[in-house]
Amino acid sequence: MDMITRRDFIKICMSTAVSLTLTEQIIPIVGQAFAEKKVIKPPVIWLELGSCTGNSVSLENAVNPTLDQLLTDMIDLRYHWLFNAEQGDAAVKVMLDTVAKEEGNFWLVIEGSVMTADNGRYNEIFRRNGKLVTGLEAVQEFAPKAKYVISVGDCACFGGPSAAHPNPAGAKGVWDVVKTKVINVPGCPAHPDWMTGTFAHLLMYGEPELDSYNRPIMFFGKTIHELCQRRQQFEDGIFAKYPGDSGCLLKVGCKGPVTHADCPLREWNHYVNWPVKAGTPCIGCASPHFPDGMMPFYNHLPDIQTPAIAMDVKKTGAAIAVLGTGAVATHLAAGVFARRIHKHYLKGTKPGEPTAPENLEQVKQELDDLIRRQNALLSNAKKYDAVKKTRRKKSLLKRIADFWHTEDKSGDEPK
Amino acid sequence: MTVKTIFPMTRIHEPMKVDVDLQNGKVADAWIGATLFRGFEAMMIGRDPRDAALFTQRICGICSSAHAVVASMALQQAYKVEPPPNGQIITNLIFAADIIQNHLRHFYLLLLLDYVKGPDYPPYTPRLDGDYRLPKKINDQMMEHHKDAVVKSARAHEMLAVFGAKIPMQQTIMTTGVTEKASAERILAYSAILKELAEWVDNVYLPDAMTIAEYYKDYYNIGSGYGNFISYGLFPQPITAKLEFAPGIIKNKGSVEPLDLSKVGEEIKYSWYKDTAPSSPLFEGQTVPDRDKEGAYSWVKAPRYDGLPFEGGPLARGWINGDYRRGISVMDRIVARALETKKICRLAAGWLEQLTHHGPTLTPFTPPMDGDGVGLTDAMRGPLGHWVSVRNGKIRHYQIVTPTTWNFSPRDSSGRRGPVEEALVGTQVAKSESLIEVGRVIRSLDPCFTCAVHIIDAPKAASYPQ
Repeated sequence: MDMITRRDFIKICMSTAVSLTLTEQIIPIVGQAFAEKKVIKPPVIWLELGSCTGNSVSLENAVNPTLDQLLTDMIDLRYHWLFNAEQGDAAVKVMLDTVAKEEGNFWLVIEGSVMTADNGRYNEIFRRNGKLVTGLEAVQEFAPKAKYVISVGDCACFGGPSAAHPNPAGAKGVWDVVKTKVINVPGCPAHPDWMTGTFAHLLMYGEPELDSYNRPIMFFGKTIHELCQRRQQFEDGIFAKYPGDSGCLLKVGCKGPVTHADCPLREWNHYVNWPVKAGTPCIGCASPHFPDGMMPFYNHLPDIQTPAIAMDVKKTGAAIAVLGTGAVATHLAAGVFARRIHKHYLKGTKPGEPTAPENLEQVKQELDDLIRRQNALLSNAKKYDAVKKTRRKKSLLKRIADFWHTEDKSGDEPK
Repeated sequence: MTVKTIFPMTRIHEPMKVDVDLQNGKVADAWIGATLFRGFEAMMIGRDPRDAALFTQRICGICSSAHAVVASMALQQAYKVEPPPNGQIITNLIFAADIIQNHLRHFYLLLLLDYVKGPDYPPYTPRLDGDYRLPKKINDQMMEHHKDAVVKSARAHEMLAVFGAKIPMQQTIMTTGVTEKASAERILAYSAILKELAEWVDNVYLPDAMTIAEYYKDYYNIGSGYGNFISYGLFPQPITAKLEFAPGIIKNKGSVEPLDLSKVGEEIKYSWYKDTAPSSPLFEGQTVPDRDKEGAYSWVKAPRYDGLPFEGGPLARGWINGDYRRGISVMDRIVARALETKKICRLAAGWLEQLTHHGPTLTPFTPPMDGDGVGLTDAMRGPLGHWVSVRNGKIRHYQIVTPTTWNFSPRDSSGRRGPVEEALVGTQVAKSESLIEVGRVIRSLDPCFTCAVHIIDAPKAASYPQ
């Protein structure tokens, strides 16, 4: 019997049938591949840098395969300081031996962002010949030797919460500090299926199809909003008035329209629940702009409207990514002065009731918010001015984002 | 002086460096350092206070709900609001599930391999060179339970997600309750898993802990430390706010005294921060990182109560509540943690019966512009406090003092060791290359340096644009 085709595998990954869960199917498939000697168990080095260990804990929550099956049947986890029986230098030796002997073979999985402040010394992770090695140094040294470099969690992918303003430790995503291609599996934390599914794909078919942020499209191809169970209430114009209320949660801060992930289908923790189902808005934790671009969590997303283009919500995702804070600030300005009219210019959508600020305090708060955002923009622009960034060639989307930032700078800060 | 270094300490959360000075086969002195700095408190400044519960959770992936619970408590005080009874009960249920999960994972995934030989493949090989005393049959049985525990601890998180939407980083706890409904279906789902876990704790976890204790009896005399215990209390009941686990302190194995928050302070003589005036708690003060500071060896500050180092965690709660007072040692910590898991399972079952079906779980409210609040609770590993100050609807100051900073603090200005550094002193070491005994002492306290590494006040220059 042949190994199942890649096409079928991706179908399983994107499957909506909860009874046939992703991981329940992976193990037999992988087991078969091993048995037919089509693949070998890859040696894996898992480094934790500036993280909260949340992704490892999330991996421990994997149900099928369980962590135990993963370790026996799928990968050869040589180094992960959460699981190594050995400690100290002896554990480090295993890692260094793996890097030396399995060059070009081992997988490097990174959890947590790379701390760059003070030359990386805000995060030291092991000792070699009596000298402390920083996370930055280790990643830059190991990544070029690895077969695949996989970032798990928003911190490792894009900086995430560790890089939240003012980013005291200079946290960065792995792909910002290495030249090697990095596969990003974001989320705060990443869903166990996203990790095991990506590992299984790498194992059997190599690199999965990636989007412009290097995220596997099989998991991050659609927005939460597209897949949401409360989508009909959005279409019908039924909106929750506070978190926990029934109805679409857009107005109490849901970031589903701009967040690419399949939580509504997959759900969390053995598929029992997920935030919107529990009445709490999506906070966009799988987004490259989490958390700063997603905060305040309970303030709703702006509807982006320009005189020239009426954008729909789907495009909003891309637009937010491109325009960044600029669009948000502009929108807020319009929103505040137009007394916060939030019509949805989508076909078939009932316009929502305008929600005017209830009291003077709220107007003031909104204005403060606006001013703060503008200041943030200005300081961003200054930062860009001060540090002439040597940007490598990135995706088209990134280049567009850079273009817009430059526009902000020249517009606001003539020198 | 023969100083041996263990770096990284494995089977704990996040980086930790241990230096021990060995003399005549004994630990004569010890230094424990954290080697990661993120600076979460500086990030809090200028943000919307309502985001505090979700954002501070990102400090720690293993005890995320603890930060959400305590941040909500701080805001309840600042805003003078409270959750409805159902909201408080479900918050407690979420927290209880997380503690059960943590205790199971700590015992089976992190600590067990100090006492039991794992299977012969990575990451269980190579293993520490030491005295594994269990007969093969019992050893194998333990490893079978280890496999079950992987599933059971995931089940505990599943139980949490029934009310918490997802975990790590649950998402339903708000300042005035939770967003999830107390529907019959949810309550049933929770109670079914709870019943399964409670039975497993009774029939497997407790006996396993006692088996380890039986074969490693001498660890009842190792790693005792100062005998100073602190607890902020745990699980407030709805309406009365009476705590299911009482707060209090014990000095030098004495009697329980009431907790006086004004005696809590932090010192930074041996931490990588620029010296400023001693920071009294905890609404003011600022600290600037300085990795080159002479003599310093950790990113963790040294919290002190009345100028003395204190230990927190299940054993401290056991002593303060009178649930467990056999002694203070490595094995006492392990057994007290197992007994606490059983107690929490029983408490949670009781709370489920107090829930009003479909009663309100959340009170909508309009946040005031200003307020100051303190949130205090015990987390899995000891006392956790958030201090928040809100001005003009924005966070002006945020301070977090976490359990691991208490337990794993460095020396203070008078040169007194932190609690675990003290507990290590006197430990007999058989082989200076493997230091398995040092690992056993340290892991009995369930170290988690993800939360220990954020202890810093906002440097003014880097504050959020106002």
